[in-house]
Amino acid sequence: MTATADLAARLEGVLGANRVKAEEGELRAYVVDGMTPGAIIRPASAEEAIELIRFALKEKLSIVNCGSRSKLAWGMPPSRYDIALDMTGLSAIAHYDPGDLTLSVDAGMPLLQLEKTLAEKQQFLPLAVPCHETSTVGGAVASGIDSTLRQQFGTARDFLIGAEFVDGKGNLCKSGGRVVKNVTGYDLHKLLIGSLGTLGAITRLNFRTFPMPQEFGRFAASFASIEGALNYRALVEKSGMPTANLELTSPEAAELVSGILEKTNARVTGFGKPGQWGVYASYEGNASVVERISRGLDKLAREGQAAGSEKLERSTGTIIDGVLREAFDWLRQAAPQVALFRLTLPRMTPAEFGELSAIAEAASVRSAVMERAAGVVYFASFAEDEPQESVEALQKTAEGVFSFAAAKHGHAVMLHAPLEVKKRVNVWGPKRADWVLQQGVKRAFDPQGIFAPGRFVGGL
Amino acid sequence: MKSLLGDANVLHQQEDLLMYEYDGSVEKGRPEVVVFPHTTEDVSRIVKLAAKHQVPIVGRGAGTGLSGGALARSGGVMIVFAQMNRVLEIDLENQRAVVQPGVVNLDITRAVEKAGLYFAPDPSSQKSCTIGGNVAENAGGPHTLAYGVTVNHVTALELVLPDGEIVRVGSHHGDAPGYDLCGLFVGSEGTLALVTEVTVKLSRKAEAVKTLLAIFDSVDDASRAVVEITARGITPAACEMVDGWTLQAIEDYIHAGFPRDSAAVLLLEVEGLREAAESQAAAIDEVCRTHRAREVRTAKDDEERDLLWKGRKNAFGALGRLAPSNYVLDGVIPRSKLPQALQHIQEIGKKYGFAIGNIFHAGDGNLHPIVQYDPRYAGAFQKAIAASEEIIRYCVELGGALTGEHGVGMEKNELMLLMFSEADFDLMRRVHDAFNPDSALNPGKIFPLSKGCGEIRVKAKEAKSVTG
Repeated sequence: MTATADLAARLEGVLGANRVKAEEGELRAYVVDGMTPGAIIRPASAEEAIELIRFALKEKLSIVNCGSRSKLAWGMPPSRYDIALDMTGLSAIAHYDPGDLTLSVDAGMPLLQLEKTLAEKQQFLPLAVPCHETSTVGGAVASGIDSTLRQQFGTARDFLIGAEFVDGKGNLCKSGGRVVKNVTGYDLHKLLIGSLGTLGAITRLNFRTFPMPQEFGRFAASFASIEGALNYRALVEKSGMPTANLELTSPEAAELVSGILEKTNARVTGFGKPGQWGVYASYEGNASVVERISRGLDKLAREGQAAGSEKLERSTGTIIDGVLREAFDWLRQAAPQVALFRLTLPRMTPAEFGELSAIAEAASVRSAVMERAAGVVYFASFAEDEPQESVEALQKTAEGVFSFAAAKHGHAVMLHAPLEVKKRVNVWGPKRADWVLQQGVKRAFDPQGIFAPGRFVGGL
Repeated sequence: MKSLLGDANVLHQQEDLLMYEYDGSVEKGRPEVVVFPHTTEDVSRIVKLAAKHQVPIVGRGAGTGLSGGALARSGGVMIVFAQMNRVLEIDLENQRAVVQPGVVNLDITRAVEKAGLYFAPDPSSQKSCTIGGNVAENAGGPHTLAYGVTVNHVTALELVLPDGEIVRVGSHHGDAPGYDLCGLFVGSEGTLALVTEVTVKLSRKAEAVKTLLAIFDSVDDASRAVVEITARGITPAACEMVDGWTLQAIEDYIHAGFPRDSAAVLLLEVEGLREAAESQAAAIDEVCRTHRAREVRTAKDDEERDLLWKGRKNAFGALGRLAPSNYVLDGVIPRSKLPQALQHIQEIGKKYGFAIGNIFHAGDGNLHPIVQYDPRYAGAFQKAIAASEEIIRYCVELGGALTGEHGVGMEKNELMLLMFSEADFDLMRRVHDAFNPDSALNPGKIFPLSKGCGEIRVKAKEAKSVTG
């Protein structure tokens, strides 16, 4: 009996055959950075997840938690990977009180399905995150990926009100609660956001939900220069007109957006004109608010000497919202070899945008940049399918991006890169000053280090 | 301590220490020495010295807290941040301010309001409470309904750990890679580290604000109006309820214009673009009238608006004039259960023979029942505590929580057992020990001492015995 078959057999003994998968084809779908697990476990309840984790503790096996597996390549390669813990079997709505605008949902619930349930009550969760077709609620929170609505609604940190999870001792723990305001005990659920499953297996998440806006508005403007685009964006921000998203696209990014839009037959002025910077605004409210903002943006675009500007039809706007939401996904697929970075920085000047693209130019690769409202920058560098040269170029780019972020007192994370590049450059950037505290948290949650060891910041 | 900080920055005479024995709660605990650092390095040196002598440490801002968080339960050193009260940096472009922990909440807004910005969390005590205390307790306020509590407005902290080491967590601009330590430390009630610098987000003032006062002849009608406002997806910036008994006290003291003969009023505020504020105000007006509001007034100018808010924010002071003692509670319930919760609280009051007033953040289900008792009668205080416990228990039974904004401190640490299991405490304790392994910082808070959490209890006692 091979080691894999032996592990699967023992797991079947604990959880029953219908919870365990270990066929080669099945295992291939759970590969993380070239590492294949020995077995896949798909529990149907938190109790079964506890059993599995206790078994893993006893047998000193390591676990990678996953949902739809759309972001399994995030982080560093784990140092060990025995079991894939697939949480999609936990997918019920545990509690939903539309009158209180609170929700408690199992981690494996697909976001799309949850959206439908909430829409029946004219509510929504502002998690407009990439891989939207497949993503689970648990994966969206554990990855900490950006929502295009963050300017208005913040991140999960602002609307996750409680959680249940199995810690690294195999106990079901909770923090927070199901009410919108609560300071009882430590806010441990905040630590789970963006933790990539390295602290525990999330079983349930509690959120505050939001009333669906009555109307939506979208306005696209394009500019001949970065100066023009930034000036217009500043005018919009200072006007006090609230936007749900205000997104800047470099000419290269706009061209990619445009390419995707062509396939949908939606024609938009703001994207895809050669050499132009785009600023896309989405906003919402009642009809008179949306009308007022549309008029206001039109006026500011004229004042800001936009090369083109247009209030978009609702159907077009919905399509573009979707395309921008998926930026992470199409940027990582836009070339044979891609290194994709997410930077959080103080507001960048035109010169700093220039510095950023110069990093890629110096490594002889193409690049694209998008700046989401609230200072989140996506920077992608594109290399061709020439293994050795590309790896070196992307490595050089990565080193440049991390130094750039540090010099601006910001942070960078490499969200996506070929494994060969990840082996040369830590995707999390240089070790942080608070590493000892980070390690303290990891050890408190997961004393034996069974959850994706090595995948997270600083080798945690 | 005197050799570290100079005589002027150290208090140790009993009569001086008396001042620091209380905070805004009904608890007490006297420190053995009170120190006033001026810099982060001072704090680090104080902590190192205390650690050397195994003396417990508690941080304190203005001492306005309501759960005993800033009391020296086990004696030891109290670090008062009053001298660390400078605004260090204002970054208008990125809407950030970097401040020392002793800066008064309202002073942050005062420093940036000319640029059209403000600091959103607005506890009732915002004219005196400090940002350090706000961070420790994750303070709320009326407008947190729309804008969130302190943690939603803090992006980075400078900390002094129990061994004196200085560490920064979070990021000026937010979203640092790694676990969200900033999110963990805000609201940890001074049990993990001392905060010596805070980076806060600044919010942009709304174009239009409308303040409404809806007057009701029954508490039930008022609470049903709140339920419908929430359920209809109307999103006021603030939605406060004051019951009739409390109203009269406020009027006697402040003359805010609250009608004395009403059973309850709702103080509501809507903000945003003019068009949004107007339509939300109209919707609120309609809901309140559907629920038999006698009258819905809109503040006609800033002066009238300020007066209404003055009435709300100074309510607790006003109540002091009525009963010899008031015990202000803090519990949270799902908002859909507001009417039944308010009825049940009155029944509990009757059972114990206390009048219970209510003035609270109705929009987010954050109740503040006020139990009035006369401590001159033997057993009255204990009875008030028993009634309070019953109310808090009831909040938890409804699916709510022990505390919405005042914190656990030493007021509710025993009640934590109502919400958390052994496994929950075990993990919280491991997190506590990762930062504060010897319970040197703020011992005896948050964790229950009576049962279920043996190790913490032992540590708290040890800390006490060391200081005699």
